[in-house]
Amino acid sequence: MTWRSPLALVREALRGQRAREKDLRNLASNLPYEGLEKGKQPNRYFPGNAIKTTKYTLLLFIPMNLFEQFHRLANIYFVGLAILNFVPVVNAFQPEVALIPICVILCLTALKDAWEDFRRYQSDRKLNNTPCLIYSRKEKQFVERRWKDVRVGDFVRVVCNEIVPADLLLLHTSDPSGVCHIETSNLDGETNLKLRRTMSGLCISHPVFEPESFNSVVVCEKPNNNLNHFKCYAEKPDKEKVGAGIESLLLRGCTVRNTDHAVGFVVYAGHETKSMLNNNGPRYKRSKLERKLNINVFFCVILLFTMCLIGALGHFLWLQALPVVPPFLVPDSNGHLDSPSLSGFYMFFTMIILLQVLIPISLYVSIELVKIGQIFFITNDIDLYDEDTDSRVQCKALNITEDLGQIEYIFSDKTGTLTENKMVFRRCSIMGTEYPHKENGKPLSSCYSTFHWVSHSCRAESSSSSSQKIDPYLDFFLALAICNTVVVSMATAQRQRVSSLHSRQTNNPLNTLSNLVKKPGSLHRIFTFWQRKPKRNRTISEDSVTEGDDFNPPVKTEEPGDINGLQTCSLYAPSQCNMPATTSDNLSYEAESPDEAALVYAAKAYGFTLLARTHDSVTVRLPSGEDLVFEVLDTLTFDPIRKRMSILVRHPITKKFVLYTKGADYAIMELLGTPYAGMCRQHQKNIAADTQHHLDCYAKEGLRTLCFTKKIVSDKMYESWLVNRRRALAAIDNREELVMDTAVQLETNLSLLGATGIEDRLQESVPDTIVALREAGIQVWVLTGDKPETAVNIGYACRLLEDEDLVINMSCKNKVRRPLSASLKVGCLTQNPRNVDTTQDISLVIDGRTLTMALSSDLQDRFVDLAKRCRSVLCCRVTPLQKSRVVKVVREKLKVMTLAVGDGANDVNMIQAADIGIGISGQEGMQAVMASDFAISRFRHLKKLLLVHGHWCYTRLANMIIYFFYKNVAYVNLLFWYQFFCGFSGTAMIDYWLMIFFNLFFTSVPPIMFGIMDNDVSAEMLLGVPELYRMGQGAGAYKFSTFWVSMLDAFYQSLVCFFIPYLAYQDSDIDVFTFGTPLNTISLFTILLHLSIEIKTVIHWVIILGSVVLYFIVTLAYSGLCITCNPPSNPYWILQSQMADPMFYLICILTTVVALLPRYIFHVLRNSIAPSPLAQARHLDRLDPSTKSELIKEWRSFRGGGQVKRSRLSTPPSPTLETPVDIHLQSPISSDVMGDEFILNVITENYQRERNVNSEESEEKASKLQSLMLFLWKWSVHTPNPLVKRAELSLAYFILQ
Amino acid sequence: MVKEELANRPDNTAFTQQRLPAWQPMLSAGIVIPGFVIIGLAFIGIGVALFVTSQSIQLLELDYTGVEQTSPCFKCSDPNAKNCMCELTFSTDTLFKGPVFFYYGLSNYFQNYRSYGVSKDDDQLSGNLDNFKSPSDTCAPYEYDRNNKPFVPCGAVANSLFNDTFKLYQIVNGAKKVVPLDGKGISWWTDYNIKYRNPAVTPLKNAFNGTVKPLYWSKPAYELDPSDPANNGFINQDFLVWMRRAALPDFRKLYRRITDGDYAEGLPAGNYSLQIAYNYPVLSFEGRKKVVFSNVSWMGGKNEFLGIAYLVIGSLCVVMSVVMLIVYAKFKFPEEE
Repeated sequence: MTWRSPLALVREALRGQRAREKDLRNLASNLPYEGLEKGKQPNRYFPGNAIKTTKYTLLLFIPMNLFEQFHRLANIYFVGLAILNFVPVVNAFQPEVALIPICVILCLTALKDAWEDFRRYQSDRKLNNTPCLIYSRKEKQFVERRWKDVRVGDFVRVVCNEIVPADLLLLHTSDPSGVCHIETSNLDGETNLKLRRTMSGLCISHPVFEPESFNSVVVCEKPNNNLNHFKCYAEKPDKEKVGAGIESLLLRGCTVRNTDHAVGFVVYAGHETKSMLNNNGPRYKRSKLERKLNINVFFCVILLFTMCLIGALGHFLWLQALPVVPPFLVPDSNGHLDSPSLSGFYMFFTMIILLQVLIPISLYVSIELVKIGQIFFITNDIDLYDEDTDSRVQCKALNITEDLGQIEYIFSDKTGTLTENKMVFRRCSIMGTEYPHKENGKPLSSCYSTFHWVSHSCRAESSSSSSQKIDPYLDFFLALAICNTVVVSMATAQRQRVSSLHSRQTNNPLNTLSNLVKKPGSLHRIFTFWQRKPKRNRTISEDSVTEGDDFNPPVKTEEPGDINGLQTCSLYAPSQCNMPATTSDNLSYEAESPDEAALVYAAKAYGFTLLARTHDSVTVRLPSGEDLVFEVLDTLTFDPIRKRMSILVRHPITKKFVLYTKGADYAIMELLGTPYAGMCRQHQKNIAADTQHHLDCYAKEGLRTLCFTKKIVSDKMYESWLVNRRRALAAIDNREELVMDTAVQLETNLSLLGATGIEDRLQESVPDTIVALREAGIQVWVLTGDKPETAVNIGYACRLLEDEDLVINMSCKNKVRRPLSASLKVGCLTQNPRNVDTTQDISLVIDGRTLTMALSSDLQDRFVDLAKRCRSVLCCRVTPLQKSRVVKVVREKLKVMTLAVGDGANDVNMIQAADIGIGISGQEGMQAVMASDFAISRFRHLKKLLLVHGHWCYTRLANMIIYFFYKNVAYVNLLFWYQFFCGFSGTAMIDYWLMIFFNLFFTSVPPIMFGIMDNDVSAEMLLGVPELYRMGQGAGAYKFSTFWVSMLDAFYQSLVCFFIPYLAYQDSDIDVFTFGTPLNTISLFTILLHLSIEIKTVIHWVIILGSVVLYFIVTLAYSGLCITCNPPSNPYWILQSQMADPMFYLICILTTVVALLPRYIFHVLRNSIAPSPLAQARHLDRLDPSTKSELIKEWRSFRGGGQVKRSRLSTPPSPTLETPVDIHLQSPISSDVMGDEFILNVITENYQRERNVNSEESEEKASKLQSLMLFLWKWSVHTPNPLVKRAELSLAYFILQ
Repeated sequence: MVKEELANRPDNTAFTQQRLPAWQPMLSAGIVIPGFVIIGLAFIGIGVALFVTSQSIQLLELDYTGVEQTSPCFKCSDPNAKNCMCELTFSTDTLFKGPVFFYYGLSNYFQNYRSYGVSKDDDQLSGNLDNFKSPSDTCAPYEYDRNNKPFVPCGAVANSLFNDTFKLYQIVNGAKKVVPLDGKGISWWTDYNIKYRNPAVTPLKNAFNGTVKPLYWSKPAYELDPSDPANNGFINQDFLVWMRRAALPDFRKLYRRITDGDYAEGLPAGNYSLQIAYNYPVLSFEGRKKVVFSNVSWMGGKNEFLGIAYLVIGSLCVVMSVVMLIVYAKFKFPEEE
């Protein structure tokens, strides 16, 4: 290496820094510079592809790890104490010995860190040494190198099924159309194939790609972590710019599929790649318990200081009281004695060293160990294992297990979380006619004899114009099949290249054309069998329609009469028998969203089979067997703002430009223009209205709706639009907006074809889970992007809303920012006072727009106040940002523990905002899972995760922490009491090694095992009686009172443990360490037996016994071997001689019994007189299974439909309690109210109704408010439960505002 | 194939599924009553035994600090008095059953004071000659004298060795009859045989060349008991007893046992005279000195506390079990019927 001046080096470094920081990067090919030294390389400033995720290096491990560890305050504290011990005037022990505990702790942690880092190092090395192909100019071909050798500006060739080594700008693929498929499952878990295409216009796709001919400069943006976004353009030598986006970028970590090979230009390498930027390690969250714990540690510090002050003061007074220097007072080496005040001052520090164990040094390490153990058991739970996906529950955040036991609010996504997100095509409405569809998957396998549409009354149409009539149906199904981004792959040979399929299918287009032209009848035939449908097959949806906006459960009555001339028609699948089964059966569709797949499968079921999709063509097989190849001119992809997608194709027969658009109804309806050409004249106006009506019905049934439209684009229009489009695509600034604008330009004046309703089935046992969670005192909120009707329906289906609930529906239709109350309408949907004793639950339905207002700073408090009193809240039409905002507001305003559960990318914000984020690994990729703290595969797993594991983890950890504090205080106080008898001189009467062992070995394993394995109540009980979960909510088991009570207990026990031996040995010839031995032994027994009150399983008993045995073995061995070691204690033969003395046993037995007696008596009395629900559950646990299940049922039913308010636990039925009468009084039974038939009408914000209602609105509103108020007043008067009363009044207040 | 697919399936064992057999002592009144009764009765039994044993132990304490003017040792309590002797007389009405243990007791003496306890050199005391030349730093300031000669034994504990000596006489018909005192076996067997060793130098005196005796000592360590080499130097029993530091500020230490001759059965009723060589100053810390005669039982010396404590706790348990019975009758779980 040549020598360069330091100045040049600095300049170079600065330049590199600047180059990396610039917003735009200019990248050139490395090839012309191959073999030159580093300083001449054009891309030398950008990092290479080698990655390093290790935290430490071999040489610097110790200093760096220590530095990391000393971020923990406790470690600094203990090291400080150890150092203090080296100061001669204040030392309490031999300085070296005092270092042991902190060293053990530091070493353990360092070992753990080193092991983790080593694993990271190994995986890095493996990754860095993966082979890949880089083009070499010298050898004129791609040569094999390692991943770490890849540099920005290189050309890398990736072959099929290989992993992409760096972020590559795709320049060439083996596919003639320049596409390449990638699988991003390594990145986001989505297993569907994604299409990437080469940068158009830059490289001519020769059969062989010549990297050396690449002479453009690639200008790209600064690296960022957005996986779905990338901007760059290539500037050719002639200054022409070609733009490219994410669709041309192969991301590091993806796998190339379906493509023989692809060549790309490295734009980002190593740590700058998008996948590495997204990889930000495990999340660190601090649990609520840990925050509380720190407060208690602080209390312990105060306690410690108080005790040390007492010691210092005592020493001072003791010295003062001495008349002259006694022989036992040892001066320092110069024969000089410090003044009493100075000695007292020194003594303060000596005391800190002596009593340091009061701050439990091993607590933090123990907590970490316990959490690892808890996570082991959670992930090993077979009930949380999903066989379909072969996945267990994943714990991503390692330190918040106990938070699972304290959740008070759950925010849940709907789609994919409550529902399967396995879309089933249910209904469609074509040109204003409604067709139900029974099964989605079936039609493929079973062969129906005929394909026929049943019953439609198109009165004006004659059979002669049937071709015109059929067109919209043909178009509708074509749109279903085409208008999507579904990728076709072969089920049997899935990873084969699509192009081969493609080439096989593109048979003579002329043939197809002529076939179609020649045989219009074949198409006709499909649609000609119309039959009238018998009325008795009316569907529920229609009934709902007739009854208007009533959310009463649909009543299946047979009502005669045609409403709006609408009829429900059945749609049967076509015959597939004559189809070439080989091709269609092997097809499998990989869609980005399950809706699209459902639509494509539905289209396939009706004979419109999507055969292949390439970059620029779509092949569809028609029911008649012909294959149609559409030339795809452009795809206007879906975005959340437009809420629709379009595909622009050239019709193979008519050669017209046709735009098919699908999207959310409200995103489509306002763009409708010309009605579909050639429709029945009478209907054309009504089509939109009828379809909308159908859509509303679908929504009420809980179906997901999509509208389909068609537009014929004239050649001229297309030409002008294309210019804009190209310009937009090449733009580097505001590219998204420009591209979107062009999309909006084209998507106007659409003709409505129809709408579809897709069912998203509820997941297994969702209602059961929700009911259980609610019984557990958790409020469940559902935040969904769906329409209110759909959401409310799902709400009822999953028992989030109950029939007897008082449902408040809040929505405002205009965007007025002025007080929400002005536009606020409250509807009391179903109020059946007959069930008044269980209807005090209020549910709130609110839509996104209203929510924005409700969350504005002035209304926020009132909204939260109202929501707090609602049993469940349903937010519809909310954006991801709003979701997280809701979570944040609730979390901050109510100071509660929140949990967010979701499965999609739109839930990521919410998951991150909540105390605990749970991702459901479902159909929609892994983004939610990656952002979550826990990942489960089914919603119902939440029940066991929270009710059982949450409860266990929380009680275990809370009890363990309290026990740790207790243990240390009880032990250290022995030393403290001794100070009163040794002139406050800081003497320890227990050998220091034994003290260390006592904390590190003899008494540490039982609480840790307790923290990992204790089962206070069996899982069966916890699931059977969800109420038990309430024990953990709010302050839970870990209250300050609990802490102080155990502190007091510790003080009492230490007093007993010290003074009984003291009195027994008073006036005897016992020596210091012989006196300490029984104290130590008694403490051991007391501390271990103290734990045994809580102990449940055999393992714990084994461990406790093991601890005792260990104590005796170690102490006996130690005092048998240590003759002159460890002065001044000299424990030689002390325990042996003690164990030969009957007094030792007598004292031990007496002291242990006296120390534990109060606690045991307290437990016994409480369990007998006023047992806590947990104690009762424990009691039930011991009964035989049949009685148990019976009693559980009794207990649950006794509690009565969720009327138990938070913080109050119902007592299970017990004949001895003799209080059921009192409990029944809680329910607001009142005959007055019961007698009233009181139904408030609904005010809905139906877009369609608005015009009609407007005039009567104000009147209606006034009267309704009046009656509502009256009702509420009545109700509150008759409600003895003050909580409900307050809720009502505040609700009323809220309404009146 | 199926197994491969379900590779992630957790093991369905009692351990991983947390279904280990539980033994849950459900602490409720009904269950603990028998326990309380048993514990209570057992404790009362032990308490009675302890109490009776303790009552049977005879104890005689004689304070000889000499603070009070009436005390025969008053003249010796003057710090300036040198080689002062005083004589204490006492009488017993009944036979003081043997073997009688003869203790000296100090009060308000903090042998457990931390810097005092540290101030010794165990290696020196185990006969390591290197530590004769250069004692451990822990001995400071009793490490070297002004002439920089090491103290042997060094340190404050050894330096403050209790040096009062006692002689006991029975007054038989006005004549003093020496009661033989047995000084063997009063220290811990392990101290005498293992922990403390004289250097293997004969005569012992030579090992102490170049060292000085502790400041307060009247004679060097090798002259503690010139008559008996097995009781001299560091294995002198009085020295060993002193070196085992007392746990509490009011303590007694075994001085001699009365086991020989006419007194093997105990001290017969009669008058006794205790001749005390009063050397040890205690007034500087307001301490008291006493001698204690006691016989011992299986539970050691006289201690009424333990017996009473057992009785009290035992009765408490019985009372509690009655309370539990009432509670049980009133609040019992229905299933327990």
